[in-house]
Amino acid sequence: MARKLLLEKAHVENIRSYEVYRREGGYRSVEKALKTLSPDAVTEEVKKSGLRGRGGAGFPTGMKWSFLAKPEGIPRYLVVNADESEPGTFKDRYLMEFIPHLLIEGMIVSSFALGSNRSFIYIRGEYWWIVDILEQAIQEARNNGWLGKNILGTGFDCDIYVQRGAGAYICGEETALIESLEGKRGNPRIKPPFPAVKGLWDCPTVVNNVETIAAVVPIINEGGEEYAKIGVGKSTGTKLISACGNLNKPGVFEIDMTISVEEFIYSDEYCGGIANGKRLKACIPGGSSVPILPANLLLKTAKGETRYMNYESLSDGGFATGSMMGSGGFIVLDEDQCVVKHTYTLARFYRHESCGQCSPCREGTGWMEKLLLRLEKGQGKMSDIDLLWDIQRKIEGNTICPLGDAAAWPVAAAIRHFRDEFEWHVTNASEAITKNYGLAHYADPLLATA
Amino acid sequence: MADEQQLFKVTIDNITVEVAPGTTILMAARQIGGDVTPPAMCFYSKLQGSGGKCRTCLVEVSKGSEKDPRPMPKLVASCRTTVMDGMEVKNITSDRVLDARAGVTEFLLLNHPLDCPICDQAGECHLQDLSYEHGKEGTRYEFSRRTFEKENIGPYIQLHMTRCILCYRCTYVADQLTNTRVHGVLDRGDHAEISTYISKAIDNDFSGNMIDVCPVGALTDKTFRFKNRVWFTKPVSAHRDCPTCCGKVTLWNRGDEVLRVTARKDQWGEVESYDGKPGWICNTCRFDKKDLNDWVIEGPAHVSRHSVISANHYEKAIKPQETVPEVMGGRKPKLLMDIHDVSDVNDPDVDLSKINGPATGATFTKK
Repeated sequence: MARKLLLEKAHVENIRSYEVYRREGGYRSVEKALKTLSPDAVTEEVKKSGLRGRGGAGFPTGMKWSFLAKPEGIPRYLVVNADESEPGTFKDRYLMEFIPHLLIEGMIVSSFALGSNRSFIYIRGEYWWIVDILEQAIQEARNNGWLGKNILGTGFDCDIYVQRGAGAYICGEETALIESLEGKRGNPRIKPPFPAVKGLWDCPTVVNNVETIAAVVPIINEGGEEYAKIGVGKSTGTKLISACGNLNKPGVFEIDMTISVEEFIYSDEYCGGIANGKRLKACIPGGSSVPILPANLLLKTAKGETRYMNYESLSDGGFATGSMMGSGGFIVLDEDQCVVKHTYTLARFYRHESCGQCSPCREGTGWMEKLLLRLEKGQGKMSDIDLLWDIQRKIEGNTICPLGDAAAWPVAAAIRHFRDEFEWHVTNASEAITKNYGLAHYADPLLATA
Repeated sequence: MADEQQLFKVTIDNITVEVAPGTTILMAARQIGGDVTPPAMCFYSKLQGSGGKCRTCLVEVSKGSEKDPRPMPKLVASCRTTVMDGMEVKNITSDRVLDARAGVTEFLLLNHPLDCPICDQAGECHLQDLSYEHGKEGTRYEFSRRTFEKENIGPYIQLHMTRCILCYRCTYVADQLTNTRVHGVLDRGDHAEISTYISKAIDNDFSGNMIDVCPVGALTDKTFRFKNRVWFTKPVSAHRDCPTCCGKVTLWNRGDEVLRVTARKDQWGEVESYDGKPGWICNTCRFDKKDLNDWVIEGPAHVSRHSVISANHYEKAIKPQETVPEVMGGRKPKLLMDIHDVSDVNDPDVDLSKINGPATGATFTKK
């Protein structure tokens, strides 16, 4: 049984309430950090832990914190990104819904480290019921002296506010989130300046994912070096994976990043295998925006090594034969799923969520969606596949924010690995509407053009 | 001098220029001018915060700076990237840039109606220039284009959203020139639109400048709509003593009739600056003063020679530099034959000034 740090107490009855959470050892890290450590020492512990951002990019958190500009007389802010809107990702929801105090505790410690006296949780609008849960947890923490003025008599003031978004995926991008938090239209800002220098109301700001901030609690409790011993290489600690799709046991799992992908899918401890005895066709290992992988490349890398559930192993082989850890939204497709339809669904999502600020993303996402719909309906042409490839190539890297890349990668990967299925949709148009392509004799991914 | 500002050296397409720190790559390129300057559809140097959106000005930074020579991995928007000392930039010398720019041009034209023959902006349209330079002859888009109803925003301006490329310039004008902004971008993605707050009219002294900053024909002057093609009009610089604005304008005349009044524009299609201040003009000057007697005419307006509007206006015409001796490489022009040798008409023996009345054939045959 792998070690659990975040969800260890998730099944204790009534853990949502302050009394139970405190009895189970909650808020110890706040006591330890505020009374025995300096803010820089907390940052140092996080650096030592090797914790990487859990929101998708995997940037080292300690490093991000140390980049925060600290000019005199200007407030600094911590913003927690709870705008979890990526299709397939629902780990933060689980965390906030069942152990809200873990996030509050992590936020107090992180705010102390960063010197933020007012911290914000920006939560997606669709999580309306979690807002109440968080508000209640904040109220309980405030009543018990963990928030407010002069916490634990140390002279540190901190307050936490919850702000609801209005249902835009783009507001999960940190600068769009900041704009939205300021009450403006959620358009990503042009970087530089980065939020660490000019963020919320032009003040230095750190934006972190919910899981990242929650992971600060065990890091402080156990020490950064202890935390770094869990996991492998640069993938330290535990990671929440939200598994969904054609699985026997979909759900949120905490893994310690040393298990193989095969074990994660097939072992009864985790997903329990593919539902209905079907065979695995493909998988998106890190949320809808990372490249899809066919079964053969998911379980083993191109070099024939076992693929593990960690940052390095999942991205082994680059985009030609690998994928990304992303935000941990593990989407599994069985042999009955149509990759073209699946790609169309994703393209439709990105078209709908593009903010419309920069032209490649605004126009390109809509174009890709229309082409994919045509292919899916069996009305496509062979040239459409090359056209799709060309469109995604012209979007990727040419946009203001990563949404353009996120829209381009799934399309690119689907064509790269499942080109024969796309071609089948063109050549067997009538069949494509009624029948499924099934498991493919996949085009050799190594030969596909990068 | 100790506090003399250190200038940064930046090399764009192998041409080096020295600029003040904080200058963007695009502004540095404009100092060089010519083909080196990336096109800009959304950036407007007189509007704070504009730029970065259209992605036509993407350039490749092949050397970050003298201190950190690493190249930037992605193409960067030159309008929002400041130069570093020793930076090397590739614009038209980079295939990657030209490829991306062609892509952006194609994206911008996807939902554009291409109704140039009936568009008032034709001839002074930035999108036309961009498509001419970087576009392809055909489109690969086979779906219906996004359309909107035409909308009257206020008594003077018509919004034709179908043509809009969402550069956000007009919203910046409204933000920075007027005290209350009543229009903005609604919705998102490819269905985003510029609109007023529930079809409210835009009623502000300086709202007309939105027409000047619009790079396409989405915002048009209702007093000029369908009156004439810009290249048939005659641009004249003029001024008047205006209590609200600088009063320096370009009149677009046909004969004695003033068809349109706009602010004066520089070679980048932006409003001219006077003493460092952009010369925005007020709605009274723009829409109400349509009589020649209202204005003091200064002379023909300087229209950039590459513009179609400059056709038939020989302003600033450049003489060909080569002269005959240069072409001849120092040799004297050699006469093939002397006309006097073959023609009787110019008989050197007859002095025409000495005869009475006009010369006739008889004058020459008489010997």
